[in-house]
Amino acid sequence: MTPALLPWRVATVAAVKQESVRAKAILLDVPDWPGHLAGQHLDLRLTSEDGYQAQRSYSISSPPDGLLHLEITVERVDDGEVSPFLLDELRIGDRIELRGPIGGYFTWMPGEGGPLLLVGGGSGVAPLMAILRARSRSGDRTEARLLYSARTVDELLYRSELDSLAAAGDAFELIVTLTRGAPDAWTGEEGRIGREMLSARGFPAEDRPRVFVCGPTPFVEACADALVALGHDSSLIKTERFGPTGDVK
Amino acid sequence: MLITRGFRGKERNRGAARDRVPPGQYVTPDFPVLSAGPTPRTALDRWSFGLRQAGRTLAEWRWTDFEKLPQTEVTVDIHCVTKWSKLDTRWRGVTFDDLLRAAGLDAPPTSFVMAHCDGGYTSNAPVADLANGQAMIATHYEDQPIAPAHGGPARLLVPHLYFWKSAKWVRWLDFIEQDRAGFWESLGYHIYGDPWREQRYEGDA
Amino acid sequence: MTEEVAVLDGNAAAGPLAALFAVEPTTMMITCERCGREGPLAALKLYGGAMGMILRCPECGTANLRFTDAGGQVTLDLRGSARLTVPDPGV
Repeated sequence: MTPALLPWRVATVAAVKQESVRAKAILLDVPDWPGHLAGQHLDLRLTSEDGYQAQRSYSISSPPDGLLHLEITVERVDDGEVSPFLLDELRIGDRIELRGPIGGYFTWMPGEGGPLLLVGGGSGVAPLMAILRARSRSGDRTEARLLYSARTVDELLYRSELDSLAAAGDAFELIVTLTRGAPDAWTGEEGRIGREMLSARGFPAEDRPRVFVCGPTPFVEACADALVALGHDSSLIKTERFGPTGDVK
Repeated sequence: MLITRGFRGKERNRGAARDRVPPGQYVTPDFPVLSAGPTPRTALDRWSFGLRQAGRTLAEWRWTDFEKLPQTEVTVDIHCVTKWSKLDTRWRGVTFDDLLRAAGLDAPPTSFVMAHCDGGYTSNAPVADLANGQAMIATHYEDQPIAPAHGGPARLLVPHLYFWKSAKWVRWLDFIEQDRAGFWESLGYHIYGDPWREQRYEGDA
Repeated sequence: MTEEVAVLDGNAAAGPLAALFAVEPTTMMITCERCGREGPLAALKLYGGAMGMILRCPECGTANLRFTDAGGQVTLDLRGSARLTVPDPGV
């Protein structure tokens, strides 16, 4: 056998944190983790006692400085196979297999410049959170905006942390939009991210922002199309689609 | 390989219908979709189905003519190489035998067939596995026209082989002298694909 | 019967492909043999699911790369790609 360039490693669950009504952050200890870039993902592999295996990719939401646990954020997929296990069954001290870090396209590291326009739909905000955490922890002051679309206020991930990042006064602006109704006191945006919201709240195309769009495929397609229509250089728009990679029903 | 504590996986009903479920398969009530490309949407008035051999068209039917061919209904179990099986699926269409008959062919002209589909997908099978009621060009599933994602307007149905052989969006069968690998067969999957012998991959006995 | 199959992109192919390449696969530039479009592997459209991966040109839909990990062997079919460029990984 050729030695694998990307070996499976054993991670131990160090902590589990409720991030929204539908999602948890899972913090992992991986003793031989080689480090990662903000925006990369990992593959997780679960094996049942009878040998059945299921594999899924998760974005890494922790920053790359290696001081913290490796974090993934898992949102419940109704009728799913892996996310209900991770959310309902997995406990501190459990061991799971993973390999990574994976990907080098959808990444940004402090010092790479901007302005930085991050556009996230649902749990697509996870790799963008790694970018924001990396930016903040390194003291990078690149002008940055996050346009974050969630269905309801209960489903917002990293809510208090994002609010404090936005209050830090280091040129980061948070714009949250809710697509399935907002509470009475809501002061953010409502409705889907489209041309109008990208034009009003994003950076003008002339500023040549580096754009990162992550979310379900229809969300990514709609945002990327709107950005191109607004004159953004398509080579500056990086996209990452997520959804079921196996057979879907 | 580390066993994940508490992980069982979903819907692997291994106890049920054991004699009907080939080795390594699990039964699912779902109908998963797996496609090598975007779903083609050929309008019925531009659709045709043909039998071909060595560049010649032996017979060809437009949709309205195809619908008038003898209809057969079957209830069969289907088995995907990705390990799901679905029991008692009901299909309607035109059997391979009836196609030969309608084309005026007394016997199949060669021993192998390559199915060609919209989108460029191909799959191969021996004629012996298509004849005698074993295969059809299906146009209906559970009394409804087959949905585009599941291969509509028409798909090959060879239920006793792994389900990738039942090529979606099929447009013609090419009669070939020698067996050749189709799309998945040339990417490491078995040339024949018998689920009962677990012929999943190239080289499986 | 059910909805349309989801399409992902080349980012999701990075893990399996990393078994084959000494360089990070998603930043590889792939030129489509049919339409000549050049772009990173990450931006190709991903189809296929559990049987294998088919990466298609986002411009013309041509399959640029097919990949399976089946029965103990990994198969890569690059028909449909005119060329593949990577930044010099150095020595």
